[in-house]
This record gives sequence, structure tokens and C-alpha cells, in this order.
Amino acid sequence: MSMDRRDFLKIAGITGLLGAGTAALSGRMPGALEAASTSPNSNALKAKQWAMVIDMRKFKTPDDYKKVIHACHSIHNIPDFGNPKDEIKWIWTDTFEHTFVGQEHEHISEAVKEKPFVLLCNHCEKPACVRVCPTKATFKRKDGIVMMDYHRCIGCRFCMAACPFGARSFNYRDPRPFIKDNNLKYPTRMKGVVEKCTFCVERLDEGLMPACVEACKDTKALVFGDLGDPASEVRKVLRENFTIRRKPELGTSPSVYYIVGGGENAG
Amino acid sequence: MYNSGKIIPGIIIFLAIVTFPFWSNAGKTNVKPEPKIDTPAIQQMPEGERKCIESKEFMKAGHMQMLNDWRDSVIRGGDRVFVSSTGKHYNMSLQNECLRCHSNKKDFCDKCHKYLAVKPYCWDCHIEPKENKS
Repeated sequence: MSMDRRDFLKIAGITGLLGAGTAALSGRMPGALEAASTSPNSNALKAKQWAMVIDMRKFKTPDDYKKVIHACHSIHNIPDFGNPKDEIKWIWTDTFEHTFVGQEHEHISEAVKEKPFVLLCNHCEKPACVRVCPTKATFKRKDGIVMMDYHRCIGCRFCMAACPFGARSFNYRDPRPFIKDNNLKYPTRMKGVVEKCTFCVERLDEGLMPACVEACKDTKALVFGDLGDPASEVRKVLRENFTIRRKPELGTSPSVYYIVGGGENAG
Repeated sequence: MYNSGKIIPGIIIFLAIVTFPFWSNAGKTNVKPEPKIDTPAIQQMPEGERKCIESKEFMKAGHMQMLNDWRDSVIRGGDRVFVSSTGKHYNMSLQNECLRCHSNKKDFCDKCHKYLAVKPYCWDCHIEPKENKS
């Protein structure tokens, strides 16, 4: 069979149109959701950049630390492997020397030196972890929260290498058997994903404050609010107190601020 | 033909093995999976309103696509409320909304998934309802 160029183009054109037509038809779902849509919860708390001030003067007894950490770790199904190598932590403590690297000196008061500092993900304005994630599993939400999408995480741990604050933990083992009391309202993680503090997005989206903030609301040791709103409580606390951030020289612009305080209440 | 004594039985054995799945299942009827919807939460709903968030046909064919859309919408967009085509509002959560009614994962999800040999990895992280823990 011979065919001239004109006929070939005609047939090719018709075939193309037919193909596109059937693709468009078969792409439709049965009973597609024409009217369905999504929206945020009407109670959801909104912000330009969520931020936290940690008032170390108000952490006095070991109990003050324990209740904050327990509040977070119990509702988020954090496993306890009993082994620092596999440890999963969303909120934890460390010494002044490790928290504010380069700020320590030999004449620092004993109380500050010994005092455990509360640490969590800094939800940086320019997060290094987000820049290196190859799958966009970790990303920055519109309200400034650095969020994890575990569905996309491939466990490459680039983010852990990039984070200057050690805020991320990797699930080297299946966490399920090591969770004491499952919170049935919240998922667990699986082996092979990285996890960290999320500023309790699931609570903010329902109009609640983060669990750690709520746990110490009587002392207001943790103050949470919108950095973009001059009238917010964090902005007020930042105006009235001298605060420092961890490793600001790296340029990630952390959103967690510390009131270190003197030795008067420490220890 | 050389070696026909080995080749012909060899071919017969080969064909027998390759066609094994066909003739071993011939004549058997596969039982159609019937996912159960008789959980307490569903029983409590008044007779006329005993409906899923969308039509049964849509949920049967499209629940996986819908769950994918939900997860992107909730995690990446922060939208947690689903407005169905009938205008009702639902909390987009597999663990807290779907399973609130369908608390019988074994008799509901697993029935069809096993039949079709699909292995969704939802349950690696999302916690299935307690009463059905295996």
C-alpha cells in the first residue's frame, strides 16, 4: 500500500483526535465529585509565622520539664527504645553549652551551666532541611511551620544532616512495639521515615494551642503566637525581654526564642 | 527426531506446570467479597441516613483516589474539612472519620483488598480500631 504525505497527515490527525477524545472520556471518575470541595476548619488558628518563646526562668523543678515532654510525646505516639542510638525525640533537653554553642565561657554561673534547656524544632524561616529534601516530604506551610509528609519521606536523612539543631530523628526500627500508650487519634510512624516536632499542626488546625504550651499554661513557661502580628503574645514577650536564638549566625532564622535568665531561679 | 524420548515428556511437563493455575482453578467459582457494614456506629444511624459521605458507587471505585486527595489537602494544604456533594461537612481523617463508622477493618477494608491482592500501606502508620487488632 502506498500513501502520499497528505493522506498520512490526515490519518495521523484523526487518530490523534480520537486518542485525545477517549482519554478525556475515560479519565472521568464514575459520579465525579463536582460539588465536593475542601476548606480549613472554621476554628483553625492562623498566623504568618508561628513562633515560641521559651522562658527558662520558669523551669525550676524536674517536674516542669517532665510534664512538657510527656504532654508532647504521649499524644504523638513517640516510641521509647530505651537506647540513645535509636532515640526518637520531638522535645528534649540539653546543656547550655550544647544549646548555645559558642556562647559558653569558663565564668558562666554554675546554675546556668548545669541547667537543662528545652529544645525542639526551631521552625526556621529559612529551613535548611526543606532546601535539601529531594522529595519535598518536608516543606514549609503558609503559617511558617516546617512540616513533615511521612507519605513522601524516603528516609534519605539529608534533612537530618542539614538541620543544625539536631531536631530530627530517624526511625531505624519499627516504632510500633515501643509505644507505651497509643493515642488512637494520632498515627504512628513506620520504619524508615524521619520525624520531628510539628508545632502541633493537628491541634492548631482545630483551634487548640500546642500540647507543650498547654501543659505549662499555668506558669507560661512556653509562649506561643504569631510573629507577624505585633499584638500577639510572643511579640509582647519579645518586646519586654531580652531573648536569644540558637545559632543565628547560620542564617536559618529560628522561630524559637529563649529567655535564659540569670542564676536566681536556675537549678 | 533425536532425543524425542526426553523432549516430548519435557514439553508436556513444561506445559502442565505453566498452565497449572488455569486448570487447577477451572470449574471453581470465586466467592465475591462482601464487605460488611454492620458496625455499631452504622447501626445507630437512622435508617434513612445510613449513607457514606458520597454515593456507594463512587466510594467503591474512587475511595483510593479520594484518600490520596485528602492526605494532600490535609497535610500540604492544611484544609481539614471535606464538603461533600450533598453539602455535608466531614473531618478529613482516615483514622478518625472513616474508621469511626467502619470500625471493622477486617471485614470491610481487608475483604476486597485481599481478594484483589492489593496491599495499601495505610496501616503501617494509621492505627486500626482496637477491637479488630490481630
